[in-house]
Formats: sequence, C-alpha cells, structure tokens
Amino acid sequence: MIAVVDYGMGNLHSVRNAFELIGADVTVTRDPEEIRAAERIVLPGVGAFGECVKNLEAAGLREVLQEVVLERGTPFLGICLGMQVLATTGEEFGVHRGLGWVPGVVRRFQGTDLRVPHVGWNEIEPRVESPLFRGLGHAPCFYFVHSYHFVVDDPRVVAATCDYGGPFTAAILYRNMFATQFHPEKSQEAGLRLLENFLDWEPVC
Amino acid sequence: MLKRRIIPKLLLRNGRNVKGRQFVDLRDTGAPVTNARIYDAQGADELIFLDIEASDANRGLLYDIIAKTAEEVFMPFCVGGGVRTVEDVRALLLAGADKVAINTAAIETPSLISDAARLFGSQCVVVSVDFRRDGSRARVFTHGGRCDTVLDAVDVCRRAAELGAGEILLTSIDRDGTMSGYDLEITRQVADAVRIPVIASGGAGSSEHLAAAFLDGHASAVAVASLFHFSDHCPIKVKAQLKIAGIDVRAA
Repeated sequence: MIAVVDYGMGNLHSVRNAFELIGADVTVTRDPEEIRAAERIVLPGVGAFGECVKNLEAAGLREVLQEVVLERGTPFLGICLGMQVLATTGEEFGVHRGLGWVPGVVRRFQGTDLRVPHVGWNEIEPRVESPLFRGLGHAPCFYFVHSYHFVVDDPRVVAATCDYGGPFTAAILYRNMFATQFHPEKSQEAGLRLLENFLDWEPVC
Repeated sequence: MLKRRIIPKLLLRNGRNVKGRQFVDLRDTGAPVTNARIYDAQGADELIFLDIEASDANRGLLYDIIAKTAEEVFMPFCVGGGVRTVEDVRALLLAGADKVAINTAAIETPSLISDAARLFGSQCVVVSVDFRRDGSRARVFTHGGRCDTVLDAVDVCRRAAELGAGEILLTSIDRDGTMSGYDLEITRQVADAVRIPVIASGGAGSSEHLAAAFLDGHASAVAVASLFHFSDHCPIKVKAQLKIAGIDVRAA
C-alpha cells in the first residue's frame, strides 16, 4: 500500500489517479496508523512553504513521517512543495523552518528577465545513475510550476537539474528519499514512467 | 530550456463544449472529457476549461467534468467561470483543477487575487482578461464580454501581477473565433509589462499565428480553440510546424 499524505494542501486526486492508473494500491490518508503501515510514502504539495509545514504539524504528521521515513527508511517520494519542505528553511512569505531532512534553503527565482513562476514543460538532466530514471531518455520533459527552488548544501544529493536562468535542483535523491520539483502526476507518459520506477525502487541506504 | 506551450481552450455550456465568434454564435463542439482525452493523446501541453454559463445550478456538472478529466488525463488544466470567492477557488482545486481562472471578480474584487495567491500559491491563480480594441488601446470587458469596464488591459494585467497572479490569460474578443491571428500588439504590450507568463488567446487560425504570438507577441503560451475544433490542425501538427519555424516546443 502506498500512502499519499493528506495534510490539506495540494493535488491529491491527481497523484492518486496517476498511481491508480499504473496499478498501484494507493490510499490518501492523514491517519498515522495507515502511514506507519504503508510500504511507500508520497508527500505531494501545492501552496506556500510555511502553510505546508504548519499544516503537517497541526495534523501531527511531522513526528509520524520522521519515524517512518527517517528512522525506518520507508521509500519516500516528495513532489514539488513536498520536496521543498525537506529543506532546513524556506523563504516564501518570511523565513520558515522546514523538516530539515535535506540541508539547504528554498529560495525565490531571481533574475530581471525571468518570468516567475517558472511554468511549463522543461527538460531535466539526470545527474546520477538511478533506476528512478530508467526508460526516460537523456533529457526528458516534465511539467513544472513553482516560484521557489531548493538550494541544497551538499550537491551530491542533486539527482537531476533543470535550467531556468541557470541550473536549479529538479530532483533530489538522498538515502530512501526521492523528491522532484516537477509534477510527475502531470507529466503524461514521462511522469507515469517515473512513478512506475518509484514503485519498483529499492533504495540502498 | 522552458518550452513554449500549446493549450487547447475548451468552453463549457451545460456540460458540452461550445465555440463561437467574438463571444457569440456558439456551436456545439463535443463532449469535454472526450475532447480532453484526444488533446492529451495529441500531446497538448495543458488545457483550459472555461464555463461560460456558470451558475450555482450547473456547478455540480462542472465539478463532475473536472473530476473525470483529472482521472483520464495526466497534464495540468485550468478551470474558470463564475469564480467569485476564495471558496470557489478552493472547490475547483479540490475537484481536481490545477489552476483557477478569475475573470470578472479580478476586476470587481481584486483582493480575491491576493487572497487566493496567499492561500493556494500564485502558481494556481490565472487572471483571465478579455479585451476589445479601442484604437491603439485595449479596453477590458467583464461578464463574458458584456460589460465595458473602460479599464486599460495593460494596467489591469500589471495590477493583477502585483497582487500575486501567477499567469495572465489574455483574450481578444475582437479576434475570438475569427481565426485571423492573435492581437500581437496588445499581447506584446502586456507580456512586456509583467514578469509572469502571458497566454495569448483569441484569433488562432494557423501555425504561423501561433509562432507570431511567441516571436512578436512575447507570449509564453498560446490558447487555441477554433483552429483545433474546426480545422484539420491538432497539437501534433502545429507542434511539428512550430518546430520547423524554430520555436522550442515539447515533442508531441
């Protein structure tokens, strides 16, 4: 069973629909017991950084996720804001503390000739050899929609980059955590393939 | 590189797709979920649904279409029509929309733009501006093109961006359904005045028109309706032609 964590933010239906299409047994839940019992955890997210962390804490999910993902090593997929909240801090509408699982800071795109948000399909460049990118070709296109991006402290956790006024973190791979700035659930065939790869993924911690 | 987007625009009335000319003379263009599925298969980058007869009575029908679309197509889609309050925005997002288009309310209650941006993020707030030409200027109309606000389209879009809109859907009522090309001049004025993406809309009649919207209109995306409904063009074909014209589009 895959648990899509419901904390009142984001495109939960789309994520569930995408996993269902590829034949996964998936539940959308905020029940700690269901999350503890899940074989894989998905943290989607749309909205603002501070609100996201606040909602996770208000639902009592911070500790549960910490236990399941950090201590027990359950395979984890963060999507968009669900990737950003892994950071130490986020700078959207003031400085907020994130989950702090992946050291770094989430910053707004800067650049005078850059339109923000970064909206649309853009190519990613995988930076690591991983079964998560199997079958995607060398520069697959994914759908992005965000104004902030994750600047990580340790570049070795960057699994893929994308270019928008310079390279930024498109995906993170760290132990049992895989996270994408883009939306695989909105990226048609490439996205579904990536989600299938996540289902098959056995992280080496 | 960020790709230029091709976005089929689907108008909804009583659960069916329709398309007119200059916002009137509507013709039936089929079933929305079927159309969405076809555009998905043809490599469209995104979809826009606008409920042009939005009322409380047919809201359930709209949510139903959104939920079914979200089950069948795995690309982003924007939904608009009758969005007045933050609760309307929330309901559409919960039903499965990725973005919500705000039109009349963006003029009547601009605070809705900032409220929605703060609660749900700018990325899902699309401000939809309909205009008619008045000489070299563009005047904004609301209520499906029926009410003249006398406001200038460039000013309205600039203000919307300041309030936190994530994108502008800019529609020329004069060009709508005429397939005579986008209003490139106004599109460029707006695109140059804001630092958020602008979707050109109204008038697409050929791949050349789409290319011009990107090159001369400085648009980030193009909305297309009649060209796909009433000709043999589809996203695959226009993308192939745009690619030859040197426009960076995603392969269909």
